[in-house]
Amino acid sequence: MNPLRRFLRAREAVAGAIILVALFAMALTASLFFPGDPQAIAGPALLPPFQDWSLPLGTDRLGRDVMAELFHGAGTSLVVGLAAAAAALAVGAIVGTLAGFAGGLVDEVLMRITDAFQTVPSFLLALAFVSIVGPSLGVVVTAIALGAWTGPARVARAEVLSIRERDFVAGARVIGMHPLEIAFREVLPNALPPVLALSSVIVAAAILTEAALSFLGLGDPNRVTWGGMIAEGRAVLRTAPFLSIIPGVALVLTVLGVYLAGEGVVETTAVRRSLS
Amino acid sequence: MTRALLLLRRRLVGSAFVLLIVVIGTFLLLEAAPGDAVDAYIASTGGDAGMIELLRHRWGLDQSALTRLANYLWALLHLDLGQSVTFSRPIRDVILERLPNTLLLMGSATALSFGLGSALGIYAGARPGSFRDRFLSIGSLALYAVPGFWLALVLIIIFAVDLRWFPIGGIESIASGKTGLDRAADIARHLILPVSALGFIYLALYLRMMRAGMAEVWRQDFVLAARAKGLSRRRIVLAHVARNALLPLVTMLGLQSAQMLGGSVVIESVFSVPGLGRLAQEAVAARDTPLLLGIILVSAVLVIAINLLVDIAYAFLDPRVGASEAGA
Repeated sequence: MNPLRRFLRAREAVAGAIILVALFAMALTASLFFPGDPQAIAGPALLPPFQDWSLPLGTDRLGRDVMAELFHGAGTSLVVGLAAAAAALAVGAIVGTLAGFAGGLVDEVLMRITDAFQTVPSFLLALAFVSIVGPSLGVVVTAIALGAWTGPARVARAEVLSIRERDFVAGARVIGMHPLEIAFREVLPNALPPVLALSSVIVAAAILTEAALSFLGLGDPNRVTWGGMIAEGRAVLRTAPFLSIIPGVALVLTVLGVYLAGEGVVETTAVRRSLS
Repeated sequence: MTRALLLLRRRLVGSAFVLLIVVIGTFLLLEAAPGDAVDAYIASTGGDAGMIELLRHRWGLDQSALTRLANYLWALLHLDLGQSVTFSRPIRDVILERLPNTLLLMGSATALSFGLGSALGIYAGARPGSFRDRFLSIGSLALYAVPGFWLALVLIIIFAVDLRWFPIGGIESIASGKTGLDRAADIARHLILPVSALGFIYLALYLRMMRAGMAEVWRQDFVLAARAKGLSRRRIVLAHVARNALLPLVTMLGLQSAQMLGGSVVIESVFSVPGLGRLAQEAVAARDTPLLLGIILVSAVLVIAINLLVDIAYAFLDPRVGASEAGA
């Protein structure tokens, strides 16, 4: 049975994949269905959901279309989640490979730095970084990646430690390859699978962190974010709780989709590896 | 006992290095922040260019970066975190005042997530693959996907706004004049919602870890031996499988402490609990960078201390840990 069919047989994984496809569709069609500025006033303020079919999810305190904000916010969550995770995985893989392959003092120093990053609560670090440098999409991505690269670094290091003793590495040494070339062209690609298995957890955590930062007012001010929408709705929590609940449900579904699909991918590929 | 002491000594040396790296990191962030302590001081009190020069000189801010780093380290060694412009008080005092509330919140939330999480994990792992196992696995994953601040808001909507069972925020009723047990009960009533919000998010982690650990143990020979002896299933689950799967969760307690401190920022902000996390949010809002970095340093020390305690506890629980060092 090929991996794709095995993936499709796992119901949870399929549910996760469907959520993610829907999310990407939302993000890609946001400008198509809701052209113009999603933060522009579209109707009367605090219109409840399902009242007016031109504004299906109602409007917020300032009369902005909640549906349009939801669609545009999907893009922000996805971009930040994927970019931060990609950066964290790349940095982690490189640091872990260097530490594991070089050993000795390099290893010791790099791992103490990793320890230091794990000692500081990553959310506090992100908070400090964004508030010092100033909120923009790139800064938020960097801030989240700063707290997320340590896990991949540890996993990569552990994997490299076992790979560097293998015969093909000794072979590469014998033919006179530069150590850095061995580390990054021979060892790193072989150490990647367990590091990549962390992706879904990191993407999910990044999406949650971005939401929390935006909730505290540290998101990119020029973009709609679900966390920002929840913070906005908080002011009218008693009279219009739907304004906080709708973007929150979107967040939960998104993160759940990432987890489920990620777990499905890891499980199907892991089974394939153990069978071969 | 010597085993634990040896372990402690080795870990203390390592921790000192880690803390030094954290301090250098916060120093770099402080340097990267726009404006310095003098700018912040002048902004709040006013003063002319001559005064700025004088203050820069007196506070050693006109010296090289390396000297400033040395001054910063020297001050920290004397437990001096500097002055908070927002509060016009030493940062150390402001942080120490808020710390107990955060420790209370974190401790209770950890007890909730560890206790309930591992209990549910045992319940799920007792029959791997059963309906309740699958239900709890998916349910805990769904819980893990919930943003903490949003769960906090939902709890407020349901239990504080609609049902009016619990207060909407704060740590205790203002000027209630309550003392002793009454006051403790009042604080507990205020903390139920924040503790639930923080605890339920991390519950999933312990549940899943316990379950996964039990699945591993089930496959081991001594479980087969216990079965062959004819022990009841209940006894096998509790005395053999769960007991061995519980140890890794203890390590997780330490590793999770940093996450929980981070999580308490949003929870304390939503519930207006005057703790370290809320202080961090106030520092961000007031652009008080030294205060924010002071909080980060104290958090790092706290995380290191918690991990040390967990390691020592672990050494007592598992006789294999550190045995080689004591023998040497």
